[in-house]
Amino acid sequence: MDIHVKNITKTYGTQKALDDLSFKVKTGEILGFLGPNGAGKTTTMKAITCYTTPNGGDITLGGKSVHDAPDEVKKNIGYLPENNPLYLDMTIMDYLNFIGELQGVSKSNIKVQVEKMIRICGLDLEKHKKVGELSKGYKQRVGLAQALIHDPEVLILDEPTTGLDPNQIIEIRKLIKEIGREKTVILSSHILAEVEATCDRVLIINKGKIVADGTPESLRKEAQGTELLKVGISIMDRNEAYKALSNIDEVAMVSFVDDNSCIFEVESHVGKSSIESIFKMCVSKGWFITQLTPIEKNLEDVFRELTQGR
Amino acid sequence: MKQIWIITKKELKGYFDSLMAYILIVVFLGLSGFFTWLYGNNDVFYINRATMQPFFGIAYWTLFIFIPALTMKQIAEEFKTGTIELLLTKPVSDWQVVSGKFLATFLLIAISLALTLPYYISIANIGPIDHGSVLTGYLGLLLMSAAYISLGIFASSITSNQIVAFLLALIIGIFFQILFGIISRAFPGMIGDTLSYLDMQYHYRSITRGVIDSKNIIYFASIILGGLMASELSLVKRNIN
Repeated sequence: MDIHVKNITKTYGTQKALDDLSFKVKTGEILGFLGPNGAGKTTTMKAITCYTTPNGGDITLGGKSVHDAPDEVKKNIGYLPENNPLYLDMTIMDYLNFIGELQGVSKSNIKVQVEKMIRICGLDLEKHKKVGELSKGYKQRVGLAQALIHDPEVLILDEPTTGLDPNQIIEIRKLIKEIGREKTVILSSHILAEVEATCDRVLIINKGKIVADGTPESLRKEAQGTELLKVGISIMDRNEAYKALSNIDEVAMVSFVDDNSCIFEVESHVGKSSIESIFKMCVSKGWFITQLTPIEKNLEDVFRELTQGR
Repeated sequence: MKQIWIITKKELKGYFDSLMAYILIVVFLGLSGFFTWLYGNNDVFYINRATMQPFFGIAYWTLFIFIPALTMKQIAEEFKTGTIELLLTKPVSDWQVVSGKFLATFLLIAISLALTLPYYISIANIGPIDHGSVLTGYLGLLLMSAAYISLGIFASSITSNQIVAFLLALIIGIFFQILFGIISRAFPGMIGDTLSYLDMQYHYRSITRGVIDSKNIIYFASIILGGLMASELSLVKRNIN
């Protein structure tokens, strides 16, 4: 089921949370939503799930608008809200039953669905405990279970892996990927590694506007404008090495990594590679190279570049 | 309707799981029983007539205090823990949430009132009782409870603090319970009439006496609907700020 967000705007008082935001998500796509705190990630998700109504614009889910048919839209969404609110004084079984009934799972089906969710989310040993007695990780699993209980076409997860231990994080990511094959998934996070690991497509937003849209790889390439090398040379006088490196034609800038060692960061001119020249230079001077590694920009740098100072 | 019932079931179960329901029932039965049967100068034996009037008199006040305690957490807690977002992103409307919660508390009150039926049976065995006035007495209690539940839910929907919700419900309630009646005596003419129409005791007494007028029904219906609609509005309000 496709999600189509068309020019939505949302203001809280004088603050613009969403500013003419538009994007599309296709079936079978896992969209990662990135942005600093207060960028509008949660607001967008709340608008898609019909919790808040945007001031302008429209959102459609499989052709149905959130304005005209909110109940139809809500039926197709499994939603894990931020901070994972739960009814703490219900047992897991009661809780999942309640949510299942609300989501319109048929009476004959509900037992099967609840059992299935408990199995998938690994809650079997805890199922008669009250939600309030569970640890944070287990609560998160209950939150996921309630989002998946009615087998929704669209899954919206607001920071799904907070509070989980590394094993659980990997499990949940695997689960999300599996679900994402047939369904539409939107997940928000500020853990960039998570987005890289799970998402087919990344949307970076800042101050209510989209600042980048693409696969994790394409975003990384885009940011990789110039070649950046880490060069280590074994030499007594590091200023001499600095001078020699600066004199190479292809090199744009050389800088020391720290105060004492002979390790440099070398930036080449746009579109040129200086690896060969550095090697030849060292050979001709008889210097010994301790390291020569390209520094790859990761999504974190892309993120910082795009969302800072704007 | 199905969605309302799902919410009602869950809330009602919540009352019984959290001891709230049992405390209400025990204390309500204890208090009303004490004043109906034992308390010296107004009990059934003192009056020496087979009548439920002492019970209706005391139940009127006990319910007035108890209902805000039952409704205070209904929506306030959902705001506080954030579960309101969970609930409203499921296929239910704001109205269904509010009326489901209303119905749950109303059913709990109805259950505790049903448990006082043995009083009626006992008194009916002691002497000749006016069955009609007992029936209207219960009807009056149910209507009055519904009105206060509705106001209580409204109080709970405008704050995320349960204590504030409780006190607010009591303050709104005390106006209808006695203040309008008292103030109305100070004003002659139109204002006095309007205020005395707002006084709940006036309508409650008229119903328990067996006189059910359309203006009594309109009075209770408008408080119930008004309270529920105001609660719905304060849920819708999340879109504005």
